[in-house]
Amino acid sequence: MLLEIENLRVAFQTGDGEVNAVNGVSFGIDRGETLAIVGESGSGKSQTAFAAMGLLAKNGAATGKALYKGQNLLTLKQKQLNKFRSEEIAMIFQDPMTSLNPYIRISEQMAEVLTLHKGVSKKHAIAESVRMLDAVRIPDAANRIRSYPHEFSGGMRQRIMIAMSLLCQPSLLIADEPTTALDVTVQAQIMDLLGDIRRDFGTAIILITHDLGVVAGFCDRTLVMYGGQIMEDGPTEAMFADPSHPYTKGLLQAVPRLDRDDDSLATIAGEPPDMSRLPQGCPFSPRCAWVQNTCPHIRPDLVNWADDRRRACHVPAKEVMA
Amino acid sequence: MTEPILSVRDLSVTFDVPKKGAWPWTAPMKLHAVAEMNFDLMPGECLGVVGESGSGKSTLARAIVGTVPSSNGNIIFEGADLANMNPRERRVHRRDVQMIFQDPLAALNPRMTVGEIIAEPLVTHDPSVSRAERKKRVQELMARVGLLPNLINRYPHEFSGGQCQRIGIARALIMKPKLLICDEPVSALDVSVQAQVVNLLMELQKDMGLSMIFIAHDLSVVKHISDRIFVMYLGRGMETADARTLTRRPEHPYTQALISSVPIPDPKLEKLRKPALLEGELPSPLSPPSGCVFRTRCPKARPDCAVGRPPMLDLGNGHFAACPYHEPVDLLAAS
Repeated sequence: MLLEIENLRVAFQTGDGEVNAVNGVSFGIDRGETLAIVGESGSGKSQTAFAAMGLLAKNGAATGKALYKGQNLLTLKQKQLNKFRSEEIAMIFQDPMTSLNPYIRISEQMAEVLTLHKGVSKKHAIAESVRMLDAVRIPDAANRIRSYPHEFSGGMRQRIMIAMSLLCQPSLLIADEPTTALDVTVQAQIMDLLGDIRRDFGTAIILITHDLGVVAGFCDRTLVMYGGQIMEDGPTEAMFADPSHPYTKGLLQAVPRLDRDDDSLATIAGEPPDMSRLPQGCPFSPRCAWVQNTCPHIRPDLVNWADDRRRACHVPAKEVMA
Repeated sequence: MTEPILSVRDLSVTFDVPKKGAWPWTAPMKLHAVAEMNFDLMPGECLGVVGESGSGKSTLARAIVGTVPSSNGNIIFEGADLANMNPRERRVHRRDVQMIFQDPLAALNPRMTVGEIIAEPLVTHDPSVSRAERKKRVQELMARVGLLPNLINRYPHEFSGGQCQRIGIARALIMKPKLLICDEPVSALDVSVQAQVVNLLMELQKDMGLSMIFIAHDLSVVKHISDRIFVMYLGRGMETADARTLTRRPEHPYTQALISSVPIPDPKLEKLRKPALLEGELPSPLSPPSGCVFRTRCPKARPDCAVGRPPMLDLGNGHFAACPYHEPVDLLAAS
């Protein structure tokens, strides 16, 4: 395993008391694998990644383990963690404009990564940056590297972020909603690019998203989160063909599809959960169509129920899949 | 044959953009946000408008509602030309054309209660309605859009995104409008809530006989809700057809690129899908390409595309495409 998350919990101290954003999440990702973490807002999908990268807000605290090549990232000091960031694990975010410094030329921002982490000369660093911008298909990279972030479009800025994250050739790239802010034709370009990167560099990718369509085309394995917990986990193809959890099933039926002519969409009743008032048992129980007496009180464990597939639900898989 | 409820003819919306670093009295540059748009909307029909950011779809909506002045052309709503009316004349028609917005929370005044928000159009357009009657109508409508009527005295911040969008829908419907314009109404919502709001809009449209213009960048949602779809690029119409034809057998190269870029949540189909990736970037709307505005990124572009705007060609059955080299491509042939 490249990265192994064990019983991860993230809690935030807020004015309204403690909010548990992530409640005991365990999963792993292998070298070169692509893993999707799917969920709606507040499901804890981003906070899981933030916790592993040491990027939680000041009022947040993570417990559990995040083992990267055997080393627990959660116990490292900032300085030690900085060695892992970018060199081993890189991250790109939804809005590239907020990740780039608007006052500094792209050349400086990119070269800094290499001079800091690899200790190479600035000239060498800029040459390497240009090569990387070429790789992410920025036209005329040698000249455009001297531009400021605002001179690029949203799609181009996301390409720059991807180029920057790959400078030190990390083994793992975490992409947090990388195409959510982009148009669909640009999204297609970026996903195509990420696919090439995975093939050419062998980078493992964790894709955090709410878009099931993007996941279907890109990820080997999918992890579905709700209310800070994993609901279902398994190979993408098997899970999309036969969802075994009521939430996964509901989610897949609630998305309109371009290739189908449905009269009305199946819906999941109710609203996403209030994370400061989660039920004791299964967080999805207030909205679940299969809910049983025990569901709101006893939390179902995430168990292996078939080849390489896990689910957290009291209702037998057969009943949900029927 | 029935008359269209709304006819848009040669509609253009132009914004003045001051030149950078120029003297203040020099003529500003013209940004053509919407250029020479033509379409008809039949009563009870839902027209979807799709396009990428900067395609002018929101400006089109605003021009029809009247929050942005049009610079040329006609907006004929039930026989009256809204585009060339003075504000007082126009006010009579306002109640018939209502709008719902993308960010549900930003569209609601945080200092007004839900009851006040929903009743506001009624107070403005129909002050003769008594207070008790108003409250009754608001509560009926709240129940209709799926809000508990006893929440009438709550404030917007106490509601979730999906509920706020329901409040926005109730506000738009209290005057029983004939035309409802939805500008990205579900883009800010979570998937599970999005389906609830889409279903609600479709039910309401059927029950109240609403005509709708539904603007969104999510093609799957637009296709689901619309009878007909209109594709825009850089302020101009590219192609229009019924929703099924447009998504299955588009003829315009831009529509083909757009449709083939949409991912489908099915791993088996996704393996077969080959998106037609577009080269380059959206040109600046301040200096759009000559001739066909799409030619700079079009895989089929020829030298003569740079001369003259291509007219909308009638391909039969209400299918129009603005490309002389159009040809149908079967997308999703596998399914």
